[in-house]
Amino acid sequence: MADAPQTGKPKVAFYWCASCGGCEEAVVDLAEAILEVVGAVDIAFWPVALDFKRRDVEAMEDGSLAASFINGAVRTTEQAEMAQLLRQKSKLVIAFGACAHLGGIPGLANLWDRESIFRRVYLESPSTDNPDGVLPQVRYEDDGRPLTLPGFFDTVRTLDQVVPVDYYLPGCPPTPNIILQAVRALLRGELPARGSVLAPDQALCEECPRKDSKPERLGLVEFKRPHQVLVDEGTCLLAQGLLCLGPATRAGCGALCVKGNMPCSGCFGPTSRVRDYGGKALSALASIVASNAGEEIVRIFQQIPDPTGTLYRYSLPASLLRRRREVRAA
Amino acid sequence: MPEATHTTEGGARAAPEGFEPRIVAFFCNWCTYIAADLAGTSRMKYAPNVRVIRTMCSGRVDPQFVLEAFARGADGVLIGGCHPGDCHYQEGNYKTLRRYTLLRQVLATLGIEPQRFRLEWISASEAERVRAVVNEMVEQVRALGPLRLEVPQEVPVPRQREEVAA
Ligand code: SF4
Ligand code: SF4
Repeated sequence: MADAPQTGKPKVAFYWCASCGGCEEAVVDLAEAILEVVGAVDIAFWPVALDFKRRDVEAMEDGSLAASFINGAVRTTEQAEMAQLLRQKSKLVIAFGACAHLGGIPGLANLWDRESIFRRVYLESPSTDNPDGVLPQVRYEDDGRPLTLPGFFDTVRTLDQVVPVDYYLPGCPPTPNIILQAVRALLRGELPARGSVLAPDQALCEECPRKDSKPERLGLVEFKRPHQVLVDEGTCLLAQGLLCLGPATRAGCGALCVKGNMPCSGCFGPTSRVRDYGGKALSALASIVASNAGEEIVRIFQQIPDPTGTLYRYSLPASLLRRRREVRAA
Repeated sequence: MPEATHTTEGGARAAPEGFEPRIVAFFCNWCTYIAADLAGTSRMKYAPNVRVIRTMCSGRVDPQFVLEAFARGADGVLIGGCHPGDCHYQEGNYKTLRRYTLLRQVLATLGIEPQRFRLEWISASEAERVRAVVNEMVEQVRALGPLRLEVPQEVPVPRQREEVAA
């Protein structure tokens, strides 16, 4: 396909790595506001919607894209290559969404590794029919014609573990509000310091409509799950025993989940003062459990199903430990 | 998931011959640190593998400190605080107990064995207990071998992709 028309408008690219497509959806969710965006920029690359190819990007001059919005974590060599290519062609790289920002849901695969994932998916899962036990290969010859597939890393990475990132749009997916604010700031050249997360640097509780009913000192002896309670619409969810991660999570989403009676699960990640989201969330939970007795504490925490998956739901690759320990051959 | 032994991006692990465990110990200023001091002035001998960090209270030990210690190469982390009821700040050690309970569960799912993370109540006079706990933990961790958590920082460059995904 030919070059994008030369209109003098800033060129931008959208790309997806290991993602579910929800972040692409979020762009469409801008509704009428998308016209404002499309009117102000030229979209030079957007595989999900437009038929530009990788070679079109390769043909661009370095730095000729004003910004690349990249969603998804980095799982394969192809994603790492595309991130590197877009970095080279772009003035700004923006990590779009929880997966690019912190590793996101795909990052939970860091509890396993390539071998165990391949074994499960291609050999063991009940719906698999693979009598020869064929696993994905990066190269295969068929009648002398080579076929290739991207390589699959053991470890899922955040975007900034692969290329330098200028800004982060948090959320799973980012909300229309924060996307628009970011795009407007970008167009006006009013962006904050590089490396910033483009959302308020305070805890979600601060902007939560239930904030006033959150007691000064919470004392929980039981954690409940949303289907086990008739949620009171006006009261702080944590005070009702629901595991709401609002105290540990960055604000900016407008408390959408909480307004829908669902506790915050932490997709906006931590504030700037926190290095490891799960560690901080764990600390917050430990503060509100009202027991000093060893066995009772164990019993209370047993009510949290899958603590690691709960505390690091969106941020395992960005955590201090980054993944489950790999046991290596001697 | 069973422990898989196979070669990964990080390459082979060196033989743990002559392995000396590195243990990071967070000792509370009012109890365990004084006990460790007393062990020193009483000329008690214990394994030199422990790097002691004094905190005002065991409750000051943010779970992030523990995670960072492991991430930066500790083979074990020991927290020492005052006995229940004896906390200088009333409740700090109970908070530590709650964090410890949940954190060890998380660490287990991340492949860090329970013997590598320990919480002990040791009062100012219990120098002998410092010695016993440190010696025991060092031997347990020595038996487990090095933790070796490193994840390769660099993404292998695309040209080597075939090596990556063999
Ligand atoms: S951040 Fe959420 S919506 Fe976006 S790709 Fe990841 S899982 Fe999907
Ligand atoms: S804990 Fe949850 S429900 Fe309660 S104030 Fe914070 S965000 Fe709102």
